[in-house]
Amino acid sequence: MEKLLEIKNLKTYFYKNQEVIPAVDGISFSVGKGETVAIVGESGSGKSITALSILGCIPTPSGKVEDGEIIFEGKNLFEKSKKEMRKIRGNEISMIFQEPMTSLNPVYTVGRQLSEVFELHQGTKRKEGFKKAIELLRIVGIPSPEERAKQYPHQMSGGMRQRIIIAMALACRPKLIIADEPTTALDVTVQAQILDLIKNLKEEIGTSMLLITHDLGVVAEMAEEVIVMYAGKVVESARVKDLFKDPKHPYTRGLLASMPSLNSANKRLNTIEGTVPKPTEFPKGCRFSPRCEFAKKICKDLEPPLCDKGDRSLSCWMETKEYTEEVKNEYSA
Amino acid sequence: MNTLLKIENVSKCFPASEGLFFKTNKKVTALDGVTFDIKKGEILGIVGESGCGKSTLGRVILRLLEADSGKICFDGKDILSLSKTEMREARRDMQIVFQDPFASLNPRMRVAELIGEPLRLHGMKDVHEINRRIEEITELVGLDKYHLKKYPHEFSGGQRQRICIARALILKPKLVICDEAVSALDVSIQSQIINLLNDLKDELGLTYMFISHDLSVVKHISDRVGVMYLGKIVEITSVENIFNEPRHPYTQALISAIPIPDPDIKKERIILKGDMPDPLNIPEGCRFHMRCIHAKERCKKIEPELKINKKGHFVACHLTDKI
Repeated sequence: MEKLLEIKNLKTYFYKNQEVIPAVDGISFSVGKGETVAIVGESGSGKSITALSILGCIPTPSGKVEDGEIIFEGKNLFEKSKKEMRKIRGNEISMIFQEPMTSLNPVYTVGRQLSEVFELHQGTKRKEGFKKAIELLRIVGIPSPEERAKQYPHQMSGGMRQRIIIAMALACRPKLIIADEPTTALDVTVQAQILDLIKNLKEEIGTSMLLITHDLGVVAEMAEEVIVMYAGKVVESARVKDLFKDPKHPYTRGLLASMPSLNSANKRLNTIEGTVPKPTEFPKGCRFSPRCEFAKKICKDLEPPLCDKGDRSLSCWMETKEYTEEVKNEYSA
Repeated sequence: MNTLLKIENVSKCFPASEGLFFKTNKKVTALDGVTFDIKKGEILGIVGESGCGKSTLGRVILRLLEADSGKICFDGKDILSLSKTEMREARRDMQIVFQDPFASLNPRMRVAELIGEPLRLHGMKDVHEINRRIEEITELVGLDKYHLKKYPHEFSGGQRQRICIARALILKPKLVICDEAVSALDVSIQSQIINLLNDLKDELGLTYMFISHDLSVVKHISDRVGVMYLGKIVEITSVENIFNEPRHPYTQALISAIPIPDPDIKKERIILKGDMPDPLNIPEGCRFHMRCIHAKERCKKIEPELKINKKGHFVACHLTDKI
């Protein structure tokens, strides 16, 4: 598949009180044309920072992209000027945020905010933009769009506001949509509506999507490819089917097993002991090793590289020569 | 099994004053004739979407909010008729764990003080006994002794929730209301806390009312489940019945909407139209009729009552035997 976005060895660090916080620490992945890639991970794993890095929205001076390349349509985004980036944001890459409450401007009508997108990126006149805004509202399934366009965000429910955010993201028919927890703040029945909408619109326009979520159910439903992040690193990435059927990394396995499922009758949930380490106190070696039940000496000393294993990429010492040798030695001793 | 908590026809309205100058006399009906009971040693799950009144229900039971009408019997006592002092005494047996472990702990108190506070408030003076109880409960919720000298900000979300649970359990209550107690936690931490709640229930013989919007969590932990919609219970029955044979169209939609973490399962999804109606003007007839795919003329006019059907299922729907 043709690659639309490629991220190579991205490192985004934050500096606070003379401490370095490696929020994203050397991750690589790519998004193909028309593909949906999901990034999953718990809070603090660096998934949102990855998204902000792509858009060049890392707050300075506290944060900085230290290393790496982000290649979008063959061009490195880090080499673009601020002006060029502004053209790309919202036009070719757009973002859907989690909070439909805070991402809309409360003092402008919804129609005005939507028409602004056209005014900025396509030089449309206000009147023309307003008409286009109404059309967009109709596409995202808002009843009586003419009246709704004249209303303010506070007059709408959470689900409706999220539809408006989606309309805004789709306005310029972007090539890539980054959706950061698009349904987390919504109720299940509304979530089902919104996921359905995103899926249909995505197919219609043929955009690619980078979906950031902590909900593995949403991943299974929406994505083709999935990347599991832990403490600023990619631990495993694979096709959705392969990952859910046969998770290889102990963290992925633990994550899947600790979800209460609707089908199993098992009364005890599997747990992953301990908690995610603080970014200033990441352990040496594999970052998951303090919580991993299979951790050996090598895991604690050396960081495992992200290796290609055929159907997936995996960052774990298990099933490597070094690991099996250590187990063998332990066994004979 | 004997009944621990019996709730009959409880209603609660909040006055809605819109605007500074044009005050309206409208009311938001948060609870409307809620009736159910919880047996000793049982876990009752309450599910529903935001604004359906599930948190109000928890608070009304503890009388943190006063009910407008109805009857609440806890352990044989009618608690709505108790005086303030008597109520404080009664709350020894009923405790609540809130959603946000960051907001519910005083940041200027050490963990030992936080956990011991309920004991002191309930008049225990013996310092040795207090300390013994604190240590006992800390161990039970999986915290270490050295944690006791720390302040809440030094803990992660999961550990803070453990502190909240310790605080709730130190008085040895009979009923614990968990109001979205695991919703703010990450999956791997959430499972730790769910297991902890399950263990504590067996060890201390507790009864839970587990309020949550997450159906998979509720399915995992509950014995019985009540589904709420706009201040009413629309269906209440055993967890197996709710998930295998939901009878109310709203429950059916709710269950079908849960994303399943398995890419091979492609299920038929019932996608509801529109949003929940404004609680300021609740529609006539069945509250769900505007979004219901089965709605008939009767549903628009007459409000269905919560009735038991052939299988011991309580459902509030006119068409329950036809759908």
